[in-house]
Amino acid sequence: MYAPYPENMMESIKKVEATRAARMATEPRRLTADEKDALLKAFHPDYNDDSFAEIKVGPNKGQRAPIELAEMLHSTSRLMTDKVDISKIDYDVDVLVIGGGGAGSSCAIEAHNAGANVMIVTKLRIGDANTMMAEGGIQAADKENDSPVQHYLDCFGGGHFAARPELVKRLVTEAPDAIKWLNELGVEFDKELDGTMVTTHGGGTSRKRMHAAKDYSGAEIMRTLRDEVINLGIPVIEFTSAVELIKDDKGQVAGAVLLNMETGDYAVAKAKTVVIATGGAGRMHYNGFPTSNHYGATADGLILGYRAGAPLLYQDSIQYHPTGAVYPSQILGALVTEKVRSVGAQLVNANGEAYIHPLETRDVNASGVIRECREGRGVDIPGGLKGVWLDTPMIEILGGAGTIEKRIPAMFRMYMNYGIDMRKVPILIYPTLHYQNGGLEINGDGFTNVIPNLLVAGEAAGGIHGTNRLMGNSLLDVIVFGRNAGKKAAAKYKEVEIGNMNLDHVEAFDKELKEAGLDTGEVSPKLLPKYARHGRNV
Amino acid sequence: MEEMVNVYFYGKKYSVPAELTIQTAMEYAGYTLKRGCGCRHGFCGACTTIYRIKGKNELKTCLACQTKVEEGMYITQIPYFPTDKRTYEVNDLQPGQKVMMELYPEIYSCIGCNACTKACTQSLSVMQYIAYAQRGDLQKCAEESFDCIMCGCCSVRCPAGISHPMVGILARRLTGKYIAPEAKHLTKRVEEINEGKFDEAMADMMNKPIDEVKELYNTREIEK
Repeated sequence: MYAPYPENMMESIKKVEATRAARMATEPRRLTADEKDALLKAFHPDYNDDSFAEIKVGPNKGQRAPIELAEMLHSTSRLMTDKVDISKIDYDVDVLVIGGGGAGSSCAIEAHNAGANVMIVTKLRIGDANTMMAEGGIQAADKENDSPVQHYLDCFGGGHFAARPELVKRLVTEAPDAIKWLNELGVEFDKELDGTMVTTHGGGTSRKRMHAAKDYSGAEIMRTLRDEVINLGIPVIEFTSAVELIKDDKGQVAGAVLLNMETGDYAVAKAKTVVIATGGAGRMHYNGFPTSNHYGATADGLILGYRAGAPLLYQDSIQYHPTGAVYPSQILGALVTEKVRSVGAQLVNANGEAYIHPLETRDVNASGVIRECREGRGVDIPGGLKGVWLDTPMIEILGGAGTIEKRIPAMFRMYMNYGIDMRKVPILIYPTLHYQNGGLEINGDGFTNVIPNLLVAGEAAGGIHGTNRLMGNSLLDVIVFGRNAGKKAAAKYKEVEIGNMNLDHVEAFDKELKEAGLDTGEVSPKLLPKYARHGRNV
Repeated sequence: MEEMVNVYFYGKKYSVPAELTIQTAMEYAGYTLKRGCGCRHGFCGACTTIYRIKGKNELKTCLACQTKVEEGMYITQIPYFPTDKRTYEVNDLQPGQKVMMELYPEIYSCIGCNACTKACTQSLSVMQYIAYAQRGDLQKCAEESFDCIMCGCCSVRCPAGISHPMVGILARRLTGKYIAPEAKHLTKRVEEINEGKFDEAMADMMNKPIDEVKELYNTREIEK
């Protein structure tokens, strides 16, 4: 018998197998709005008050943020000790894009095509970003039975009616054009022989509008964008972090202080417009969760913007993806794409029960997994963790032999690395820290409300998804709002005259910290998580 | 007591827990990674690594984030490799054999050693997709190279100096743009949006009282 798991798990698998035929004959019931609310309140980590702290300084003073984010907001700048002469300009551009992921790259391409002199700075390499790791797909209402209005309803409702309507409108209305743009750059979407896009459901979608490129959707998009950025000759300054925005005496942003991650040397970039496209915060490990995010996801842009006076929106709303890998330990926290459920796998507890519909919204499904585990219906995993099953063998029964390798090859490969054949046995999952629903507040055109020439795009922006994001709306968001920021920045810079450049806001923020009696002993932004293990002889 | 193994980072010996990946073992040993670490989940190709097990002849390539440590591993990372990407204006290209001849002529110097395929961290048939590129079969090249994460292990091992990942992405972009059939429903929808077909319904939706929107959401029909 094929037994890639320890004995207790194999025992539970017998129950999963015993109920499979019956489970496949009926679809689990969708929860009512009240049932969802109750589940979220009881089990979603956003409702765990112990994991939040009050923000003591700055535009969102008095509101709450995850403890780890609050600590970074309450820390001072590197430039309080490292003095940088900002009168020595190393780079002088029209548009400075901070971040080399999907949003930053789309932005740079559009700004370049609009005639702007644009430059990307990025902490790691271009493409080392959550975009690269997005697996399942990208939404767009381009089928006959669908419309941008239907997409709006799904997005707005899935985000608990908290999103900014004008942002949702842009997201859904520009979605088909985003897909077309990507396709014309050469992104290979899954298509039928006649060119029709293969589309599926995601959690919370009312129409099948998830476009994909197998389960390498984000990678396919990101590597194409990266290729195009290089083709266009757009300068990309890699291994270089922006550690502070520079402002001028007119209250505009005027560039950024850059840090070479390898040499520790500083440089100064002057710019007429700046786009923060620094992505997410998974590596902050809010609530102690493992994460599906890339190595550099440390909320840097939020800190930069906040210190320069830009407020945050929904900084206390975090997305835990319901299906993170929880066994084996080597892939703990790795994303198991929602597409696994889109193509048929159910969520099943240790007793073999399909306890919830597999395509509820992410916050609801994550809460469901936590409930099952907390109430004793989870599977015990060595090291004290628990998880529930994602019944992957169903996919091959539903779609025929070979469906898994064809539709979700990355997942198949990730598990086969550890001898687990998901065609034959289910896989174990538990929620993983996946996405920051909030971020820097922007207006309908992508600009911050307080600094006229500062834009934010991608995961660093808040308000597009309310307090819960749907699958496939983030890849969409980085393309739509990345492109938008590029076009808007390229139009804006022509009317910007930079005044006297200064770092007064950094000094002022430090003063505010001192007055509030805050001394975390840290500097921010964080830049990299502290994973190195030191001092083990102590 | 957890099981430990001895590994050698750049020739220096460290004792690390056996369940770690090469990447987490380096961090256990005290390294703060800057280069050679990206997505940490096998999608970005940043952590290209080469190793040999003490006493064995074979030189192996892998991703540090996807590979468990083993006793006696001699490990070095290749955080950057000078693969040679040619630049082009994608709108000016024709999808045929000529484009490969012009942009990546060195593919015709392939000596058929298959070292690229053996080195592939994604278990792709790299030499095969290069062969498709030589023949101008861009669609097959695209298909065969699709799961490439561009870690560059193939290029590291190639005696002909081929930049395989760059050949693959060129084939994929040309296939996606020119060869795959047009999604007519997409073209149509973009036109409809540009013509303002949904503007009124959208404005209507946005102007509805919130309770009405909630009711619409909670009772919306979900496509089977």
